Amino acid sequence: MTIALPPNDQESPRELQPKGWLRYFSFSLDHKVIGLQYLVCGFIFYLIGGALASAIRVELASPVSDFMARDVYNQVLTLHGTIMIFLWIVPVVNGAFGNYLIPFYVGARDMAFPRLNAVAFWLIPPAGLMLISSYFITGAAQSGWTAYPPLSITTPEAGQIIWILSVLLLGGSSIFGGINFIATILKLRRPGLQLMQLPMYCWAMLGTSILVVLSTPVLAGTLVLLSFDIVAHTGFFNPVLGGNVIVYQHLFWFYSHPAVYIMVLPAFGLVSEILPVHSRKPLFGYATMVYSIMAIVVLGLVVWAHHMFTSGTPPWMRLFFTIATSFIAVPTGIKFFNWVATLWGGRISLNSAVLFSCGFIINFVLGGITGVALAQVPFDVHVHDTYFVVAHFHYIVYGGSVFVIFSSIYHWYPKFTGRMLNENIGRFHFLITFIGFNLCFLPQHWLGLNGMPRRVAEYDPQFTFINQISSVGALLMALSTLPFLWNVIHSAFKGPLAGDNPWRALTPEWLTSSPPPVENWTGQAPLVIEPYGYGKEHKEQINETTANTNSEKKNQ
Amino acid sequence: MRSAILASLACASLLIGGVWIGQNVNLLPTDASINAPVYDELFKVLFTIGTILFVGMAGLVVYSLIQFRRKPGELGDGLPIEGNLSLEIFWTAVPAIVVLFVGIYSYDIYDRMGGMQPLHHEMHRHETSNVQERIWGGIGSGTVERTEEIQTDTLPIEVIAQQFAFLFHYPKGDILSGELHVPTNQPVSMRMESKDVIHAFWVPEFRLKQDVIPGQPTILNFTPTKPGRYPIICAELCGPYHGGMRSSVVVESAEDYQDWFKKNSKDTILDS
Repeated sequence: MTIALPPNDQESPRELQPKGWLRYFSFSLDHKVIGLQYLVCGFIFYLIGGALASAIRVELASPVSDFMARDVYNQVLTLHGTIMIFLWIVPVVNGAFGNYLIPFYVGARDMAFPRLNAVAFWLIPPAGLMLISSYFITGAAQSGWTAYPPLSITTPEAGQIIWILSVLLLGGSSIFGGINFIATILKLRRPGLQLMQLPMYCWAMLGTSILVVLSTPVLAGTLVLLSFDIVAHTGFFNPVLGGNVIVYQHLFWFYSHPAVYIMVLPAFGLVSEILPVHSRKPLFGYATMVYSIMAIVVLGLVVWAHHMFTSGTPPWMRLFFTIATSFIAVPTGIKFFNWVATLWGGRISLNSAVLFSCGFIINFVLGGITGVALAQVPFDVHVHDTYFVVAHFHYIVYGGSVFVIFSSIYHWYPKFTGRMLNENIGRFHFLITFIGFNLCFLPQHWLGLNGMPRRVAEYDPQFTFINQISSVGALLMALSTLPFLWNVIHSAFKGPLAGDNPWRALTPEWLTSSPPPVENWTGQAPLVIEPYGYGKEHKEQINETTANTNSEKKNQ
Repeated sequence: MRSAILASLACASLLIGGVWIGQNVNLLPTDASINAPVYDELFKVLFTIGTILFVGMAGLVVYSLIQFRRKPGELGDGLPIEGNLSLEIFWTAVPAIVVLFVGIYSYDIYDRMGGMQPLHHEMHRHETSNVQERIWGGIGSGTVERTEEIQTDTLPIEVIAQQFAFLFHYPKGDILSGELHVPTNQPVSMRMESKDVIHAFWVPEFRLKQDVIPGQPTILNFTPTKPGRYPIICAELCGPYHGGMRSSVVVESAEDYQDWFKKNSKDTILDS
C-alpha cells in the first residue's frame, strides 16, 4: 500500500493541491477536505430541503389548497424527499463522516482510491443543481420520491427525466463511495490492527457499503428502464403497453428499503463513537454490536415488500415480509440496549453531542416501535400511505439520522477546525430541535390513524387543529437552525482553541493535531487496539506514548 | 435492597400503566366493519407493548443522564465494563420473544380478517373466462367473525378509479354511482381496476385499504356493520388533485338500501 508509506516531505505531490480555504473548492484528494466538502455541501442542501418542508407545512396549516398550486405542491414534496435523502442524509452520514474518519480509524493516510473519492463528491453538486434548477426551468418531477409508474410516465416528462438523471448521478456517487470504503476498511488497515479492534463506525460503514454496492445498481437499472418508458415509449412499466407497474415497486424498494439502513447504520456507528467518549466508559458489548450490524445488513436486503402490503402482493409474500421485517427489531434492539448500558454507570458530560445522541435514542425507539407495528400486515392495511407512515419515517430519518448528524458535528467540530463550539448555544439548539421535532411529528401518528393520507395539499377540515400544531413544530425546527448556523460560523473564527484532544478521547483521529496535517500523522500512525479503553489507567498511558510519536522525530 | 424495591416498583407501575394506557386511550375512529374490531384488538396489544417499551427505554436514558451525569470537578472515568454475556442473551431473547409473539398474534388477526383465504370470485368469473387473471388483495373476507345475522350472499360491486374520482358499478341493477351504498351486515366484494394511474381505496372506519392498479384488478372484501356515512379516500399519490379524490360510503339498513337500489336500478324498472 503506497499510502501507508511515510510521506516525502519535500516533493510530495500534495504540494500541487491548493492550500488554505481554496482547497475546499478544488478537486482535492485529501480525504479530510472531501469529507468537509460533503458535509458543507450536504448542509446547504439540507437548508434548501428544509425550506421546501416549511412550504409544505405552510400549505397544510389550512385544510384547503391555498398556498401554492396543486402541481407545484407535488413538485415541492418530490424535491423535499429527494433532496433530503439523496443530497443530505446519505452523502453526510456516509460521505462526510466516512471520508473524514475511516482513514484515521484504519490507520491510513487517505482512502484507498483518492481520485475516485473526489469524483464521487464532485458528482453531487451538479446533480443537486440540476435537480433544483429543473423546478425553475421545466418544472420538477411531480410523482414523489418513489416515482411510481404510471404516474411518473404520465406527468410532465422533462422534470421526471431530470429527476432520473440526477438520482442516477447521486447513485453513482454513492456506489463509488461504497467501493472505496470497503477497500479502505479491508485493505488499508495499519499492520497489526485486527478487524475486531476497529472502532464501531468502521463496521457500520462496512455494512452500509455492502448494502450500497448490492442494492444501488438495482435502482439505477430500474430508473434507466423507467426513462426508456418515458422517452422511447417502451412498455416495461406501462400497463397500456402490457407493462407491469408492480415490478417497478419491487425493484424500487429492493434499493429503497436498504436505503433506510444506508441512512441509519452509519448513524448507529457515529453514536457508538460519541457515547463512550462522553460517558467515559467502554462501548458495551462490542462483539454483539458488530454481529447486530451484520444481521441488520442481511435482513435489510429481504424486507423490501413491506412497502407494498396494499398493492399487488399475494398472501404468502405478505406473511414472509411481515416476519422478516419484525425480526430486524431484534438486532436493532440489541444496539439500543448496549448504548443504554454504555451510559449506565458512566461519568456523562451533558454536552450538546450527548444530548443529541440521547435524543436520537429516544426518537429512534419510538420510530422503531411504530416500524414493528407497520410491519404487521393487518395493521399496515389501515395506516399505509397515511400520515402515520410520514411520522414513522421522520422519527427514523430526522429523529434518528439528522439528530446524529448534529451530535457528530458537535463532537468532531474541534477536530475539523481546532476550535470549540459554544456549548450553551448548542444545548439551546438541542432543546428547540427536540421540542419542535416532537411537536411536528408526534401528532401526525394520530392524523394517520384517523384518516389523513400522505402527499395531499388539502384535507378534511376536522384535522385542521392538529395540522396547525404540527406546523408550529416545523416552524420551531426551522428556527432552531439559526442558533446552530451562528454557532458554527462564529466559532470557526472566534471559538476558544480546542487543543488536539479536548474530549480526552482514545479513538485514533484524536491522537493527532486539530485540524490534522495533510497526511494525518507527521510520524507513523498510532496503533490503537483498544479504541474504547476508558477507565483503564494503564491502557491510557500506552496510548499516550503512541500519540507522542507525532511530536517526535519524523520519518520512522 | 432499597434500590431493588424501587426498581421493581418502577417496573410494575410501568407494566400496569402501559396496559392501562393501551386499554383506555383510544386513538382510532369508529369501527364500522366486521374486521375493524379485530383490528382494534391488534392495535391495543401493539399500543400496550409499544408504550411499555418506549416509556421504559426513554426512562432508562433520562435516568442515566441524571444519575450518572458528571458532577463539577469530577475528572475520572466510569467503570471499565466492556460487556456482559448473560445481559446480552437476555436482551436478545426478550425482544425476540416479543417479536415472535407479535408476529404470531398478527398472523392470527390476519387470518381472522380473511387474509389467508384463497381468492374466489364467482361473481366476477364470467369476465375472466379466457385468461387466468392475477387477482391480488383480498383481506377483509373473514368468516370466523360472521354471526347468524350476517347474510351469506355477497354483494358484488365493480370499482373503477380514475383521475380523480371513484365510480361504483353494481352489476345487479346496472347502477353507476359516484357514491358507494352498502347495506349493513352483508358481505361486499369489490373488484377494482384503475383506468390511468395507481389509486388506493381507503375507508378509515373499515380499517381497510387496497391499491387500485391499472392493468391488474384487485379485490377488496368487507362487511359493513354500523350505519353511517364514511369517507372514501384515495391513499396513493395520483396527480395534482390527489387530495381532492374523495367520495363517501353510505352504510344503511337493508330497507334503506333496497329503497336506494330500487330508485336507481335500471333492471327493476323493467321488472315492475
